Amino acid sequence: MKGFASVTRTTKVATCVGGAQRSGRSTAKRLVTRAKVREIFMPALSSTMTEGKIVSWLKGSGEKITKGESIVVVESDKADMDVETFYDGYIGSIVVPDGATAAVGEPIAYIAETEAELEEAKSKSGGGGAPAAAAAEPEPEAPAAPPAEAAAPAPAAPAPAPAAPAPAPAAPAPAAPAPAPVKRADGRVIATPYAKKLAKELGVDLSTLGGSGPNGRITASDVELAKSGGAPPAAPPASTPAATPAAPAAASSPPAKKAAPAAAAPSGDGEVVPFTGMQAAVSSNMIASLEIPVSRVAYTITTDAFDALYKKLKPKGVTMTALLSKAVAVALTKHPIMYAACTPAGDGIIYNENINIAVAVAMPDGGLITPVLQNADKTDIYQLSRNWGDLVTRARGKQLAPDEYSTGTFTISNLGMYGVDKFDAILPSGTGTIMAVGGSKPTVVATADGKIGVEKQMTINLTTDHRIIYGADAAEFCQTLKAVIENPDDLTM
Amino acid sequence: MKGKTVTRGTGLSPFGGKRSCRRVSITTVSAKVNAVDSLKRGVGTCAKVSTKGVSSSVRVASVWRERTGGRRDQGSVSCRAGGGSAYDYDVCIIGCGVGGHGAALHAVQQGLKTCIIEGHDIGGTCVNRGCVPSKALLAASGRIREMQNEMHLKAMGIQVGSVSFDRQGVADHANQLASNIQGNLKNSLIALGVDIHTGMGKFVDNHTISYGLPGRVDVGGQLTAKDIIIATGSVPFVPPGIKIDGKTVFTSDHALKLEWIPDWVAIIGSGYIGLEFSDVYTALGSEVTFIEAVDKIMPGFDNEIARLAQRTLITPRNIDFRTGVLATNVKAGIPGVKPVEIELTDFKTKEKVDVMEVDACLVATGRVPFTQGLSLDKIGAETDRRGFVPVTEKMEVVGKNGKPVPNVYCIGDANGKYMLAHAASAQGISAIENIVGRSHVLNHLSVPAACFTHPEVSFVGLTEEQAREKAAEEKFEVAVVKTSFKANSKALAELEGDGMAKAIYRKDTGEILGVWIIGLHAADLIHEASNAVATNQTIQDLKFNVHAHPTLSEVLDELFKHAEVDAKPKPKSEPPKKTAVTAAS
Repeated sequence: MKGFASVTRTTKVATCVGGAQRSGRSTAKRLVTRAKVREIFMPALSSTMTEGKIVSWLKGSGEKITKGESIVVVESDKADMDVETFYDGYIGSIVVPDGATAAVGEPIAYIAETEAELEEAKSKSGGGGAPAAAAAEPEPEAPAAPPAEAAAPAPAAPAPAPAAPAPAPAAPAPAAPAPAPVKRADGRVIATPYAKKLAKELGVDLSTLGGSGPNGRITASDVELAKSGGAPPAAPPASTPAATPAAPAAASSPPAKKAAPAAAAPSGDGEVVPFTGMQAAVSSNMIASLEIPVSRVAYTITTDAFDALYKKLKPKGVTMTALLSKAVAVALTKHPIMYAACTPAGDGIIYNENINIAVAVAMPDGGLITPVLQNADKTDIYQLSRNWGDLVTRARGKQLAPDEYSTGTFTISNLGMYGVDKFDAILPSGTGTIMAVGGSKPTVVATADGKIGVEKQMTINLTTDHRIIYGADAAEFCQTLKAVIENPDDLTM
Repeated sequence: MKGKTVTRGTGLSPFGGKRSCRRVSITTVSAKVNAVDSLKRGVGTCAKVSTKGVSSSVRVASVWRERTGGRRDQGSVSCRAGGGSAYDYDVCIIGCGVGGHGAALHAVQQGLKTCIIEGHDIGGTCVNRGCVPSKALLAASGRIREMQNEMHLKAMGIQVGSVSFDRQGVADHANQLASNIQGNLKNSLIALGVDIHTGMGKFVDNHTISYGLPGRVDVGGQLTAKDIIIATGSVPFVPPGIKIDGKTVFTSDHALKLEWIPDWVAIIGSGYIGLEFSDVYTALGSEVTFIEAVDKIMPGFDNEIARLAQRTLITPRNIDFRTGVLATNVKAGIPGVKPVEIELTDFKTKEKVDVMEVDACLVATGRVPFTQGLSLDKIGAETDRRGFVPVTEKMEVVGKNGKPVPNVYCIGDANGKYMLAHAASAQGISAIENIVGRSHVLNHLSVPAACFTHPEVSFVGLTEEQAREKAAEEKFEVAVVKTSFKANSKALAELEGDGMAKAIYRKDTGEILGVWIIGLHAADLIHEASNAVATNQTIQDLKFNVHAHPTLSEVLDELFKHAEVDAKPKPKSEPPKKTAVTAAS
């Protein structure tokens, strides 16, 4: 068992370095340069090694190297080894960045013999079929992403990914807004270690960003937002959004652009406080929602039985949110259209498989997030309550995974606890319905038997995408929901 | 009541040169003392002498026999002892950290009547504000890190939901551990009959200590002892220009309480303390920036180990660093309101280069001896410029005249020889050995050290660079062998293949100069190497040791087996006839 262990008795392994003509991939044009630019190949560090992973480059692009010097650390199947160069010269470009893997014999970098040839060596990588890495640092475009990244306990910023914008229902965040991303008055860039690392990886220029941290400090979430195109660059006069072109398929960038000039055009003497990342995301989502034609249906439901049930279940850890979500989910099972969505192109209906109830939660720092109760119709009320508790705790700690806040198929926004009678919610794009829930109040009513009585009533208000959900659909759903809430005993089953 | 050794010599003689006279006089005096002593105790001093006496009187006699036997140079004999007065104690130890505790245990074992004077907490820095509570924080944060590492767990087929933690719970664990260990230490001393006096001790003379606490009249007093050991330890060093507020700018003392978790912590100093805290803070979600005066981080480490440490402990985490700069001015902030401002000055040019703004600043720039107020002048000694008490290799305090101060020793951080808890304890044992007349010198190159990051780093002896320097001076050839944790079955089973061990040794003789380990449980693995150094084994001797398979210890097994030495292994004695062989796997 012990026999297979290979021991690295010698530290240094020389690289295989050859002339450029050996590569076979060089174009005729480059051959004219008499091969002063050399390739560094992935060395074979053991007899069984077929590919190696670059642990780290000890020298960066443009750095001078001397014969015998260690320039890169390669991880083979057995051990990490420092690899040294046979030649004096300069590192032109690094083709295989830290963390990426290359087969034995493949070029991992180009070196130039003299400084004059540096530019050529830099351009080499482009001809080599590998991703261009013209910048001083290895670009992250390389296919293999470093798997070790997951180790970093990055607080999962609830920033919406461009492909799936987080639903931003109308419920206005009651808490004070987080500090706005501002550029520091002294022009200095102060960024946290993780923000710097991310900026390097994502290719974001920190100097164009404002920071939402204390005193304009740039945090990791500022960088992420800049990359996803969600955050307008904070500097009002100077920079056009330099980060935006870098954003891949920036779905939400047009609205973001629209929002930016509006925000940057102060008309009076008042102070302009630029958006935080989350505010910017909310803003662009709100603008996007204007493209959806919606209709609204309000309905009043008696909640005496529902409240009684809640009172009974509360000691068992059941929360009102879970109970309400459960009721909605049960009602939804009869109305698949109510949790369907319109296709992004506006040419069809996506009937969702699962009833995932998203519930808007105001964050203590002024944000808004919609944790999702997955399969709420199929999950029992106790489990649902536990799930909800867990989601909220983690949402406050910004630890939700994207599929925990972006996979809702029906959204609930509840302002009843503030004593709101009824309100309008804005439909988040990508879903078909949002339900605004008002507070339940004792109301004098004419009862069915013609007497005057007092019942607790609440008003719900549905906002639906009228391209797919018409008034009658919503009304039928309201009827079902009313029946479920007024006869709630089935909910505990 | 244990017997009393009344006096002892210091290692070096103040009567230098008059060898024969001294021998005679000592014999005389000691005979006298013995007589006096025996009268007092009412037992005969001519009891049968054995080297490991069972009764105190026998042991005392044995000590005297050894001394008068001329095994070692005897120095001056105290006039007081000669005059027949007795001391309250044989040994008084000032300070009850790990060093003082270790010395006290050993003293009791040697039959000495022992007392300890402690002005703060039993257990000292290590137990209350150092190694022990920090291990609790590292244990908790290490698990958090492990459970947050989804990729790693997934590779073993484990899935966890989200991992969250309760800061106060983690802090309580550290606190609880410290008070447990503190209680254990105290009880162990009381059980052995060691008297514990409360107060800060100071010298009246070589044999007399007065102690008390400022503002307290209920504690304090004066006591005498034949030998006194200074073990007052150290406190965190705070460079000038840094104002500690205990909240946003703090030392390890405060950080261990984990009162809050700042988003961004600057750690001044990238030694063990800084590294361990970076491990804790990053696991709990903070971002960290190291500020290091030297032009590389982890300056005390072997270069190659430091490089690997950087790859495993720094690069993959949310840590960056500024090297070659000093934090010359640190202004406290207000959590969540005003950041801490740190002015950075270039170490070489002394020019101000930057001002950092962070949420908190941990000052981990090392420790300074806690030796003020000892009244060392009363015994003709003084601390050096940095506050350390100068000592000989036998832990004897060196006086202003350059000669050992009779009967006074100093161990642990206070002497600055090797500022580690277990080194202090080893020095304490060494001091007691010298007190009872068995000349002992601790080989500091055999003292292991460890940094309890995830993974751990440990070493004993020299770095490769130091060894090569030494080799150039002393003209011998250095050889280095290395093994990787990647080749170890147990490490692979744990999916913890990151790590290496290296041994640095003399090619001609096989003498082990240094061993470094970074990897899973490195701190536990180093002892095979450090014990080998302590017992003067060569690297070729170790090739014959057997290690259970599959264990991490095989990393060292591989290491030793691959060493090539010019000298032939010493002929081994025949194994005993009945060899118990444990079959593994």
